[in-house]
Amino acid sequence: MTLYQFLFYAFASSAVISAIRVVTVKNPVHAALFLVLTFFSTALVWVLMEAEFLGIVLVLVYVGAVMVLFLFVVMMLDINLVPLREGFVRNLPVGMFVALVMVIELGFIVGPQSFGLSIYPAPTAAPAGVSNTLALGSELYTTFVYPFEIAAFILLVAIVAAISLAHRKREGVLYQNIDAQVRVRREDRMRIVKMASSTPKSAEATETKPSENRRNTP
Amino acid sequence: MISLSQFLIFGAILFSISVAGIFLNRKNVLVLLMAIELMLLAVNVNFIAFSHFFNDINGQIFVFFVLTVAAAEAAIGLAILVTLFRNRRTINVEDLTAMKG
Repeated sequence: MTLYQFLFYAFASSAVISAIRVVTVKNPVHAALFLVLTFFSTALVWVLMEAEFLGIVLVLVYVGAVMVLFLFVVMMLDINLVPLREGFVRNLPVGMFVALVMVIELGFIVGPQSFGLSIYPAPTAAPAGVSNTLALGSELYTTFVYPFEIAAFILLVAIVAAISLAHRKREGVLYQNIDAQVRVRREDRMRIVKMASSTPKSAEATETKPSENRRNTP
Repeated sequence: MISLSQFLIFGAILFSISVAGIFLNRKNVLVLLMAIELMLLAVNVNFIAFSHFFNDINGQIFVFFVLTVAAAEAAIGLAILVTLFRNRRTINVEDLTAMKG
C-alpha cells in the first residue's frame, strides 16, 4: 500500500465515520462539530486529487465561516431536544435501508467495472511548480467571467436576504441619531446672551442656559 | 493507485449517509440543513474526481460555483431558522403547519 492509498483511506474513512456521527448524534452542537471534521477530511481528499485551491477554500470558507455560523445559530437557539428526537428509532430501519440500497445501486454504476483503473488509468501527477490556483483563476476570469459575476451577485443577494430576515426592529431602544447630530447648527445648542461688560451685580443674575434640545431624546 | 471508482464510491457513501440523515432527523431543521450541506459536499467530490481523472479544470470551476451557492443557501437557511425560532419558539418541522391547507 503506497502512502497515497494510505492517506486516501485514512481521510475517506474519517470523513465517512464523522458523517455518520453527524446524522446520528443527539446534540446539534456535536453534529456541527462532526460536520467540521467531515469537511476537513474531505478537503484533504480533494488535496489528494490535486484540487489544492478548492481544498483550502473548503477549509477556509466552510470550516471557517459556514460551520461557525451553524455553531453560532445552534448555540443561540434554546432548543428543546426531546421532541426533535421523536421517531429517530422508528425511522432508523427505513433510513438505513434506503441508504444501503442507494450505496449498492450507485456502486453498480460507478463501480470498478465502469470506472476502474483499467478503463480510466490514474493521471500522472502534475509536475512541481504547476499552480492549481493559477489554472483555476485564468479559466475563471476569462471563460467564466460572467458566471463569476453572477456568483458574486448571488452572494450579495444572500447577504441582503439574511440581514433583512434576521434583523429585528426593537421598541424603546435608545440610539444616536447621527444625521441629526451632524446637521445640528450652532443656534440649536447655544444662545448668546448680550450682557453688560463689567458690572459685578448683574453678572450673576444672567446666566446662559442651553436651549431646548429639540432632537429625539426620549 | 486509487481508481476513479473509489473516489466516486466515497462520494456515493457520503451522499447516502446524508439521505439517511434526512430520514432520521425528520423533525430537526438544523440537522436537515447539515445533511443538505453534506449532500452538496458529496456531489463536489464527484466533480473533483472527474476533473482530476479527465484532466479538465472545468469540473473544479463548477465546484467553485456550487460552493458559492451552498454558502448562500446556508446563510439564508439559518436566517430563516432564526426568524422561525423567534416567532414560534420551536424548530420542529411538525409544528410548522402555518401554510397547511
